[in-house]
Amino acid sequence: MSGAFPATVPEDRYNAFLMVSPDRSHGTGALAGIPVAVKDNISTKGIPTTAGSRILQGYVPPYDAHVVELLRTEGAVIFGKTNMDEFGMGTTTENSGYGPTLNPRDPSRVPGGSSGGSAAAVAAGIVPMALGSDTGGSIRCPSAFCGIVGLKPTYGRVSRYGLIAYSNSLEQIGPMAGNVSDVAKLFGVIAGHDRRDATSQDRPCKHTPDPEIKGLRIGVPKEYFGEGVDPKVADSVRNAIGNLEELGATTVECTIPSMQYALAAYYVTCTSEASSNLARFDGIRYGPAVGTKKSWHEAFQDIRKTGFGTEVRRRILLGTFALSSGYYGKYYAKAQVARGNVRSDFLRIFKDADVIAGPTMPTIAWKFGEKSDPLSMYLSDILTVPANLAGIPAISVPCGTVDRMPVGLQVMGRHFEDERVIDVAYAYERAAKGGSA
Amino acid sequence: MSDGEVIVGLEVHCQLDTKSKLFCGCSTDYRSDGPNTHVCPICLGLPGTMPMVNKRAIEYALKVAKALNCTVREESEFSRKNYFYPDLNKAYQITQYDKPLAEWGKVLIEGDDGNEKEVRITRVHVEEDPGRLVHMGGVDRAKYSLVDYNRAGIPLIEIVTEPDMRSPKEARRFLNKLRATLEYLSVFDSEKEGSLRVDANISLRGSERVEVKNITSYKGVEKALTFEVTRQRNLLRRGLTVGRETRHFQEGRGVTTSSRSKEMENDYRYFPEPDLRPLRVRDWVAGIELPELPDARRERFMNEYGCSLNHARTLTGDLKLADFYEAVVAAKADPVLAATWVADTLLGELNYRDMGIGKLSVPYFAELVQLLKEDVITDKSGIEILRVMLDAVKENRPADSPKDLVEKLNLKKTGGSSFATEIADVIAANPRAIEDYRSGRKEALNFLVGQVMKKTRGRADPGELNRLMREALGEAPGK
Repeated sequence: MSGAFPATVPEDRYNAFLMVSPDRSHGTGALAGIPVAVKDNISTKGIPTTAGSRILQGYVPPYDAHVVELLRTEGAVIFGKTNMDEFGMGTTTENSGYGPTLNPRDPSRVPGGSSGGSAAAVAAGIVPMALGSDTGGSIRCPSAFCGIVGLKPTYGRVSRYGLIAYSNSLEQIGPMAGNVSDVAKLFGVIAGHDRRDATSQDRPCKHTPDPEIKGLRIGVPKEYFGEGVDPKVADSVRNAIGNLEELGATTVECTIPSMQYALAAYYVTCTSEASSNLARFDGIRYGPAVGTKKSWHEAFQDIRKTGFGTEVRRRILLGTFALSSGYYGKYYAKAQVARGNVRSDFLRIFKDADVIAGPTMPTIAWKFGEKSDPLSMYLSDILTVPANLAGIPAISVPCGTVDRMPVGLQVMGRHFEDERVIDVAYAYERAAKGGSA
Repeated sequence: MSDGEVIVGLEVHCQLDTKSKLFCGCSTDYRSDGPNTHVCPICLGLPGTMPMVNKRAIEYALKVAKALNCTVREESEFSRKNYFYPDLNKAYQITQYDKPLAEWGKVLIEGDDGNEKEVRITRVHVEEDPGRLVHMGGVDRAKYSLVDYNRAGIPLIEIVTEPDMRSPKEARRFLNKLRATLEYLSVFDSEKEGSLRVDANISLRGSERVEVKNITSYKGVEKALTFEVTRQRNLLRRGLTVGRETRHFQEGRGVTTSSRSKEMENDYRYFPEPDLRPLRVRDWVAGIELPELPDARRERFMNEYGCSLNHARTLTGDLKLADFYEAVVAAKADPVLAATWVADTLLGELNYRDMGIGKLSVPYFAELVQLLKEDVITDKSGIEILRVMLDAVKENRPADSPKDLVEKLNLKKTGGSSFATEIADVIAANPRAIEDYRSGRKEALNFLVGQVMKKTRGRADPGELNRLMREALGEAPGK
């Protein structure tokens, strides 16, 4: 599409990869010889890493992200770097500096984002597993849209060291795969403490998915089936929850009143942090340099004007404004209060429910060009951002189709109960497969 | 016209003398190495890297906070200070903002009236040093600049005072006291270049305050502030007003110059550093034990060794000097005489030579003090011996012991009677002075005694000579 990267694979019809590594060597371990695709915002030593941005074109990190070290230790093949919305800012992968990724289930539709490349690579069968990152739904949305499984772990369970930061307090690296078992396997490799990430927790995962869910209490928030949610998608998900009930789970009606502020809190927080995180890209130390002999201030303004895409510039401006003196209290500080409320709502619900279930996305993957204004795009994140605001684990597992496009069932759990959401997804996956057989 | 009282507050940045940087494992020992040799992905701020707090740096900072009598916050927080500058690799500095490590401390200094006075400490916080720009060809004419990130990530402690100092001298004394305290804690090395940076706020009561930045030495603080006092007073005398502004101190020229104000109008957009967790130090603080600090040591010097207040103050105001003094006393030198000779004579000679105490031998110095104590040599000879010893240290060659020097230079104090010849010679050679003396001009006596001193090369006791000379001139002894 863009031709920016020389090493594209012939079978990459969906522009899932920004770069495919010619190096197929691997060691032994839990992932011995398994090709794993890595989202391009995760640093790979010796392999270009751009976070989907032109401003990082040609940047080759001199170090591996913690998760990449773990992949190598367990014998995985680092297959290549996957396309993404620039710095993770998007819901469709259309905001990549290197052209959009297509949805393998229907190339006229978006694959979701921002980890669209990783989802497409798995959905197209190019790799069995991939790493994504999820700031406000960036693993779960493309997983739902492309019909694969993706887990956003509890905040702190996977080291972010080496993940090019977009919104540090919200995002996690997580596993994406064609089935729940592979997601669990990859999660088992990447979870655990890393002293280089002060927010990481010493909670490794050694878990084989268990489909036994008798007595499980499932919270069903009415907000996840309300206004803005496609009724057909809602029906699919209700059916899926019904399947879980057949397996012995019970459901509990609940509400998340704070959800009305969730999107605002999310966008204020992520744009604020992004405005700071992205300030270092000035064309001096990495990425393409300005050829002109201008003063430093002028040169870096030029490079940021041309190097960043429209959506990134928009979010930098929003975040800079939100943090400005005189506005901090009105926006950033308030967003943190709203965030606390979301968290409290979840904690309250989790007293009566072991997990919460609902749709991952309010709709199926839309067609390219169908949505263009940023606000309607932002609104489609409404069902995924609450988990990031609260820091809880959330998985998306395919649950049927609407108009022949996959629908995702989202299961959220208590902090550090990633294993439980994996089990619920696994139970559903097994039942669904059994049912269709 | 106004001669309003001088009001000074300081913001002091000191590099904490840790082995590794604040947020990564890079060595801090960069001064003798080439540019960008003490760097890693973290302190270069490469995309994806995250800060890891160096616990030693926090421990050092807690020691400082305790030593400055601050209240340490149970939970403090790192924040990002966002601004664009090429030496700032991440385009933000990780610092502390609304939840600093410690607050509300106090430091005692000698006020201008000679009494102890309190300077209140507003806050103490930890932050990272940015890199350094090297303007090729000088700051004004450089066509390009180079960046050295060796310094990026060195731990800094920022100490902010209340506006409690009333003169440039008091500011200097505060800094000296602070330096001594930090050195007693072994968390700071004042001899390392660039280890101290000061911003000073100064106003004349009733006028706007001016911030003076870029002061990098102890003397510089007094100089910069003295310049400002004069500049601001002159403005007021001419009927003008002092504008609120930021000025830069030009160390070489000893003046402050106005900074382009636009550069200073930064909105730093502080917010909590999301990559670090809040710093909880309660258990930590409890475990920190402080060594004896300057004030306590001063009291002890007065009680234990009988030092005068002034001597004790001077001696304990510099860790090395205090240690040297105690070593000399431990080597059996008379404590009171040793105090005089260290605090007055030695310190003066060192300052004159612009040298530190270095490798000056404790046993030799103690021996020298004892030679003086036992009246073997005069003060003047003592100084001569000390100078020979210091020259040897400075030129890095072995010195003779004071006893050997007494022999070698023939400095042994001689009894008065043996100077009869010299006295007679001086009287014979200076008839006019004798005349003057006899006609009542008493200062002529000093001249005559001086002449004898010259001939005896200082070995004679001046008081004794005085008496002998008056006798020789026919006055009754004791008159």
